Amino acid sequence: MSNNTIQGELLAEPAARAPTRGDRSSLAAQMLLSLRSVPVFLAFVVLTVVSLLAVFAPFLIRADPIAIDPLQRFAGVSAEHWLGNDAFGRDVYSRLLFGARVSLIVGLGAAAASLVVGLIIGVVAGYIRFADTFIMRVMDGIMAIPSILLAIALVSLTGASLVTVLVAITVPEIPRVVRLVRSIILNVRSEAYVEAAISLGTPTYRLLIRHMVPNTVAPLIVQGTFIFASAILTEATLSFLGAGLPTEIPSWGNMMADGRMYFQLYPSLVLYPGIILAFTLLSVNILGDVLRDVLDPKMAKRT
Amino acid sequence: MSNQKNDLAQTGRPVLDVRNLAVSLAGNPSAKVVSDVSFTVHPGETVCVVGESGSGKSVTAFSIMGLLSREALHCSGGRIELDGENVLEADKERLRALRATRMAMIFQEPMTALNPVETVGEQIDEVLRIHKRMGRKARREKVMEMLEAVHLPEPERIYSSYPHQLSGGQRQRVVICIALILEPRLLIADEPTTALDVTTQKQILLLIRELQEKHNTAVLFITHDFGVVADIADRVVVMNRGEVVEVGTREQILSAPDKDYTRMLVSSVPSLVPEAREAHDGDIVLSVKGLGKVYAQKRFLGARREVAAAVDVDLTVRRGEILGVVGESGSGKSTVARCIVRLQDPTQGEVVVCGENIAAARGSALLSVRKRIQMVFQDPFRSLNPRLTVGESIIEGLTNFGVARAQALRRAGELMGLVGLPADALKRYPHQFSGGQRQRICIARALALEPDVLVADEAVSALDVSVQAQVLELLDDIRRKTGVGVLFITHDLRVAAQICDTIMVMQKGKIVEFGPAADVLTSPKQPYTRLLLEAAPGRHWDFQNFRPLPL
Repeated sequence: MSNNTIQGELLAEPAARAPTRGDRSSLAAQMLLSLRSVPVFLAFVVLTVVSLLAVFAPFLIRADPIAIDPLQRFAGVSAEHWLGNDAFGRDVYSRLLFGARVSLIVGLGAAAASLVVGLIIGVVAGYIRFADTFIMRVMDGIMAIPSILLAIALVSLTGASLVTVLVAITVPEIPRVVRLVRSIILNVRSEAYVEAAISLGTPTYRLLIRHMVPNTVAPLIVQGTFIFASAILTEATLSFLGAGLPTEIPSWGNMMADGRMYFQLYPSLVLYPGIILAFTLLSVNILGDVLRDVLDPKMAKRT
Repeated sequence: MSNQKNDLAQTGRPVLDVRNLAVSLAGNPSAKVVSDVSFTVHPGETVCVVGESGSGKSVTAFSIMGLLSREALHCSGGRIELDGENVLEADKERLRALRATRMAMIFQEPMTALNPVETVGEQIDEVLRIHKRMGRKARREKVMEMLEAVHLPEPERIYSSYPHQLSGGQRQRVVICIALILEPRLLIADEPTTALDVTTQKQILLLIRELQEKHNTAVLFITHDFGVVADIADRVVVMNRGEVVEVGTREQILSAPDKDYTRMLVSSVPSLVPEAREAHDGDIVLSVKGLGKVYAQKRFLGARREVAAAVDVDLTVRRGEILGVVGESGSGKSTVARCIVRLQDPTQGEVVVCGENIAAARGSALLSVRKRIQMVFQDPFRSLNPRLTVGESIIEGLTNFGVARAQALRRAGELMGLVGLPADALKRYPHQFSGGQRQRICIARALALEPDVLVADEAVSALDVSVQAQVLELLDDIRRKTGVGVLFITHDLRVAAQICDTIMVMQKGKIVEFGPAADVLTSPKQPYTRLLLEAAPGRHWDFQNFRPLPL
């Protein structure tokens, strides 16, 4: 084969298609491009601000968020208490900032934990045929348990704590991740390049890590953003119902639960955490959609 | 098609008149995908548009139907006249009306052209419901009549079947039904037989011809296969890179093409007659005895359903020999290949590679024979991991067997030379290469472990003819240089004739005929082999020498 034949071939065939996959610079560029849209930009700003507030909360607060001051119950807005005080005389502004911390920790923790556990179980289910049926039926079983019920049961068994809440939120999310990963692995294992690797004698662990698992990364990132949002919401719900974090911990759900009794007198006690929660969730969901559109164009077209 | 008929057709007004058509990328009128395309199609005439992938033949067909996706492509110039009416100026409503009544299209893959959740009858009926004012009973009668016209057996049963219950050929007949039920003046067929077996292809081509003669339909037939062109075309439009290279009658194009590109295309169609080859008498590198593969489907509370994909298959490959396994889809040829490389476990028989039976090998024993037998897959776009550089893919086998990285990379460089690619290609990613180049890379990867046997499963089927010829030449070259024995699986008798020393014909999992290529292809003993040979398109034409073959 001389160079001639190669050139002949290049002439005879159309130019190889433009790079689409695995092109990081273009991915980043696409993300930046999507910031041009106003809602996406606002979502980005909201999430950045909430994250910064959460990270720097200790330096930004005006008072100890759990310090009770009975003399200052329901104190109005003042230079000292920017958003007033709650029923126990605690500073609402400081509690909001620490609430952001709790929400982000719960969101990130639940997303990371369910992705990691789900990925491992999903790969096993997708690759090891005889384990598949068993694992998937167990997953179906977990999915059949209402997640709030599971959380309440867990909290009443072990007591309210951050770890309990994280477990309670993570467990119901795992089956969804497992299903996603399993379907991708099932798809990829029949790809010709995987079969080629098998016939090249590639050991199973390397086959999985090198050729199969990378295909799950993009969908998992997208799934992660949705788990992140739903975890924040579930935490707030659990706290509001009294099955979440201990009441003294400043979380948005707890704040709303505390303020509920005085809603007609002091609606702001419920409204402030409610509004910031709603906007945070909306922002995460908008950015999650953008991520999905960029990472998985096929799915974007379908919806 | 007699010349007289051609002349008659030429004098009348054309059904379709494409003049200086240009299609460009939406948003960038200077990026032309198709430019300056002109041709006509007359009533009762078949015009074939031939070209390799990316030549713009499908884009042209889609422009005529008004089916270009508006976000990606748009027609930036020229006219497309259907019975004197410019299709490019028609609005949506008009196009919709035109599409069913005046022009219709059939596609390559009938399964995706049909709705999987509606019965075939309902789908044909829908056309009548939308475009004709007919009663339910009259419609049903018309559908039945049409189902019979396309020679579908038991129209009653077909009417209430779902697409997945029919075979590929039957589905294509249903699509033809839908296309022709309103008796359009123009039928556009975009590679309608490419996904079908040769014997089915022959029937579908005959059917189109029959219906065309009955209704005097103009047919625009898009294909990449010069065999089909030789069989059905009245006139031929040759396209390359979005432009028309040459237009002429079938005789002109096939026997005296004007342009070099056309000459190159026509002459790269492999001959059906193999060259005489010497018999190989080297060591036996692969010997298969009594190989069988049964797929068992276990059902809950029911009998086990068993499908025998391969039954009692015997074969041997000697050093430097190329054994071709030919057959239609479902003949079990791929199953045999996959059992031999142990991507599947055979349920019966022996696979002996260099004296070692690997049919039941497991674990490390299997691993050690893996490097003796390697595989090249059909689809070059899927057989390389898109996330790894070509170099990483090629050295994967070597590093699996403990070769140091640096040494493996050096070897990969040598292999690139062997398959005719520059060594710097190792640092690039698969998407930067064309299909033919990727197939070269796959061959290099398979050769990295210095196997004794190479199994090529439809390795050139996804490539254009000109590229196909080069890859076949490369395989032949490698066999001579390295002495590797090749098991070459293909559905294409022309390809088999070009490269194989011996040929094995399979049907329904069994070996039908086996012998030297020259014997099997020139004097077949079995009726099935004869049937396959007769169905091969363009059998009466000697493409290399631009002349008809004496029959």
